[in-house]
Amino acid sequence: MSAAAAASAATVGAAPIAAISVASIHKAYGKRAILTGVSFEVQRGELFALLGPNGAGKTTTVEIIEGYRKADAGTVSVLGLDPVRDGTKLRPSIGLMLQQGGIDNRTTPREVLRLYARFYRDPEAPEALLTAVDLGAAANTRYRRLSGGEKQRLSLALALLGRPKLLILDEPTAGMDPAAKHATRERIAALRAAGTTILLTTHELGDVELLADRVAVLDRGRVVASGTPAELTGAGAPRVRFRLSEALADADAAALARAVGGAGARVSAAGAGAAYEMTGLAAAPDPRLVAALAAWCAERGLLLTELRLGARSLEERYLELVGADVAAEAEGAEAEGAA
Amino acid sequence: MSTPRTTDTLGAGTPAKPASWLAMTWALTLNELRVAARRGENLLVTFVIPAGVLLVFSAFDMTGATGTGTPVDRMLPGSIALAVIAAAMVSLAIATAFDRSYGVIKRLGGSPAGASAVVASKTMGVIVIEVVQTLLLVGLATALGWTAGPGASVLLVVAGLVLGTVAFAGLGLLMAGTLRAEAVLALANLLFLLSLVLGGIVMPLDKLPGAVATVASGLPPAALAHVLAIGLGGGGDATEPLIILAGWAVVLGGLAARKFRWD
Repeated sequence: MSAAAAASAATVGAAPIAAISVASIHKAYGKRAILTGVSFEVQRGELFALLGPNGAGKTTTVEIIEGYRKADAGTVSVLGLDPVRDGTKLRPSIGLMLQQGGIDNRTTPREVLRLYARFYRDPEAPEALLTAVDLGAAANTRYRRLSGGEKQRLSLALALLGRPKLLILDEPTAGMDPAAKHATRERIAALRAAGTTILLTTHELGDVELLADRVAVLDRGRVVASGTPAELTGAGAPRVRFRLSEALADADAAALARAVGGAGARVSAAGAGAAYEMTGLAAAPDPRLVAALAAWCAERGLLLTELRLGARSLEERYLELVGADVAAEAEGAEAEGAA
Repeated sequence: MSTPRTTDTLGAGTPAKPASWLAMTWALTLNELRVAARRGENLLVTFVIPAGVLLVFSAFDMTGATGTGTPVDRMLPGSIALAVIAAAMVSLAIATAFDRSYGVIKRLGGSPAGASAVVASKTMGVIVIEVVQTLLLVGLATALGWTAGPGASVLLVVAGLVLGTVAFAGLGLLMAGTLRAEAVLALANLLFLLSLVLGGIVMPLDKLPGAVATVASGLPPAALAHVLAIGLGGGGDATEPLIILAGWAVVLGGLAARKFRWD
């Protein structure tokens, strides 16, 4: 059973306590309201992504969950405990990766890992973690001299020392190069598969689409959407996006639309290169449509190099949700391109 | 662990049990001392300057300071007071201010150690440094011919050290917890220099203009040096400086506890 299925099962019947439960929390700094009634639940074993533009309140929400701040109103429960009142009991079960590393400039990765390892009776071995996050070569380098990605990897290793039940990662891949991002994404997926509950904030929407069981989008202190990535992207008119090895003549595009998409469908260019989208479909794309598209291309010796089904990418949906202006501009450009 | 482990799942599995509070505090204390030993400017202010003041002013019999007797008798209490100010205020304030600006305290506060072990380890670090400082200075003074006077009281010396440490650590943490790290660096060093003059450490307070001397005698550096001078056998009544020092300990310690911000 997937964690998402477990999550929906948990809402009915004898549900286990959620790993994180946030209920209509409010927070203001002085007169500036940061959170205005945020609610969501993260089920055990689930990878939950909190998305939103900078300033939406993600870090404040995460810091309230971590017990660093107290909500002005609303309730927060983490592994069944109050993060402020029961902090001592809770902290050993939580692995944290803060946005600001929180490590002394003059210490080395090996020293910091050894220090934090001494906070547990039976931690993971610091040396094994150094190797696992690929910091072996930088183990004795002062923190100040580490690259942004190395600092992030050290921070992740620190979060893992105590084999936490709940891992809270605030923008874990920020500042990493593509290879480190890939390795970190794999590691997060492996931890999730091994049963660790993970709360993640990130701007890497592609990662979220691949990794997250459920998502909440925060904008100006409110949750503006939540659900599985498929639920978020599935709403709206169905369409198929694809890229071919060669461009289509207009007549061929029309023929393709008729042959594959049926009456009412049309194929239009979507961006640079031989990228297209098929809209006006009567129903959501099914296996038969994919087979028909592939067959149509094969007959003409065209190679289908990319294929994307569904309404839109998470990124497009995200922009619709949080950036009305940005989304409007993007749509405008798209309409012009299509015309 | 019963489940097979691969490096992919390092960090997953049965959660580790937290160490005892004492073990965590001790680990943090050792870390605190290791980082302190790595800061050259910190060693200068905590060890080299107090020892230098003791040696130079004893050797050349300059104006002398609080206390009576030989030059070394007069210089030892002040140099110990200076050492306390360096460890409890200057060193603690600067280290804590930079920890705070890097988010070190915040990160530790979210670990199993928590804020209480962090505070305890910083306290332990200051105590360890002060013990080493006191042994070093008393050792140097003894080599220069110092012996405890007839009215010496270990109890009074310890009381002075404890109250002085609370007062100066309170001031240090008040700065570290409210100001930018760069401002703390400058201010702590300035206050250290002022203490040399206003504490009756390198010259007696009565060499200062009357009004300045009166104000200075009510401030923590002079009160601490005075209590230590009496405790080391210099003679006199320690009641007044003890009360002054205790008052500052309550005020500065209390202010630090109220105003300190972790991030």
